[in-house]
Amino acid sequence: MPIHVNGSAVSVPDDPRVSLLDLLRERLHLTGTKVGCNQGACGACTVLVDGERIISCLALAVQYDGRAITTVEGLSRDGALHPLQAAFVEHDGFQCGYCTPGQICSAIGMAGEIERGIPSHATEDLVAESVPASRAEFQERMSGNLCRCGAHNGIIDAISEVYGNDRGSLEQFALTEEPVE
Amino acid sequence: MTPFSYSRAGDTAQALAFASTPGTKFLGGGTNLVDLMRETVERPTALVDVAGLSDAIEERDDGGLMIGAGVRNSTLAAHRGVRTRYPMLARAILAGASAQIRNMATVGGNLLQRTRCTYFYDNEGSRCNKREPGQGCDALGGFNRLHAILGASDACVATHPSDMCVALAALDATVHVSGAGGSRSVPFNDFHCLPGERPDIETVLEPGDLITAVELPALGLAAHSTYRKVRDRASYAFALVSVAAALEVTDGRVSDVRLALGGVAHKPWRANRAEALLQGGPATIGAFRAAAEAELADARPLHDNGFKIELAARTVTAVLAGLAGADA
Repeated sequence: MPIHVNGSAVSVPDDPRVSLLDLLRERLHLTGTKVGCNQGACGACTVLVDGERIISCLALAVQYDGRAITTVEGLSRDGALHPLQAAFVEHDGFQCGYCTPGQICSAIGMAGEIERGIPSHATEDLVAESVPASRAEFQERMSGNLCRCGAHNGIIDAISEVYGNDRGSLEQFALTEEPVE
Repeated sequence: MTPFSYSRAGDTAQALAFASTPGTKFLGGGTNLVDLMRETVERPTALVDVAGLSDAIEERDDGGLMIGAGVRNSTLAAHRGVRTRYPMLARAILAGASAQIRNMATVGGNLLQRTRCTYFYDNEGSRCNKREPGQGCDALGGFNRLHAILGASDACVATHPSDMCVALAALDATVHVSGAGGSRSVPFNDFHCLPGERPDIETVLEPGDLITAVELPALGLAAHSTYRKVRDRASYAFALVSVAAALEVTDGRVSDVRLALGGVAHKPWRANRAEALLQGGPATIGAFRAAAEAELADARPLHDNGFKIELAARTVTAVLAGLAGADA
């Protein structure tokens, strides 16, 4: 089965050593997803698989056949930035920008986790039906994405604007999970 | 990475058949194995993907849980039965790694993850008895702030990195294993080994054995439990010391207790000595501290990690005091 990347069907590489990250960057030339540490410590390579965030550097591409991958290139709609991308610009959620695609994909996955009521290390009440979309929760949940420039405050500001308690509708930016024919 | 073949097992029997070829390793999420392969610490010639097998969490009639080895760490932490009946387990998982890694990593893989000792990882430049038995240990005289204080040997002072396993040690879990000789179950606290002379042998698994599930017994007291992890930063770091504890207090006395430590030994450290001292005794801070000190009486500091002994004693005391409703 092919891997679906931003709605396009892609063949699984013959060599099982090819990481999902290398498939995206070196073979599909989708260079938005970044190589940081290449050992699972920085989060720069974060992408979404069926809407859930993973790090693509420690993922072998062959493990993900039949799955739907969304990268930062797959977030805009009809030329319009995803609201979180726009918020990163508005709140200076980056300086050099290298960690940004991973931060944005990670935050989108995180928003889904909060919506499903999944607790975090920062959640006081483990059994509550819902968890607060608070700054403290965002900080803990985004700890897998490092920013060496130190733009974390801007990043959390941007996430708070889009996914905090006063957020608007994001329906038009729903992830593409099925191939676009 | 050295070349390897990849196949996906359709069921346990097929996985075991694939694994009869020497050099084969099972692949779960890959978050540790793929990293070690890239560092050439691991060099399997074949990977058998078992992440799609046994990914269910089943309620047992007796109130326990049967957790498939392929269940993702994040799925287990989010499970309502775990959050309500075994909160120390949900908290331990949520204290480990990052959300991205928890979404990938499996329960079986978590049990088999290997130490993050930097000398173990440094295949090119460091000696390590775990990588190469008999080679020597550069951690002994090196930077060993993160290393073991309990149960270590002259051959190896590495620690087990898992948070989840500390909770499983406290909860009296059972590991279900299938292999060439059939299926068997191993008490969780017998599953991992202390280093002794052979730190390369980390578990009681035989070559080709596959973990199929981890079973949690019904344990009422576990509903009143927690996990506390002390680390160098607030999130996304391995433990200096961690404590999983469940406590039941009746009329001011400890009527039942479970206690395990992480970050201190080659395996998740069940604190049997402390539990025996606490059982039936007064639920006071003084008693908690005395039990912690008894557990740590055999602790041996290395050059850089002596602080862990006092840190462990204080963390155990504080966690038990918190569960008892007292301040420490």
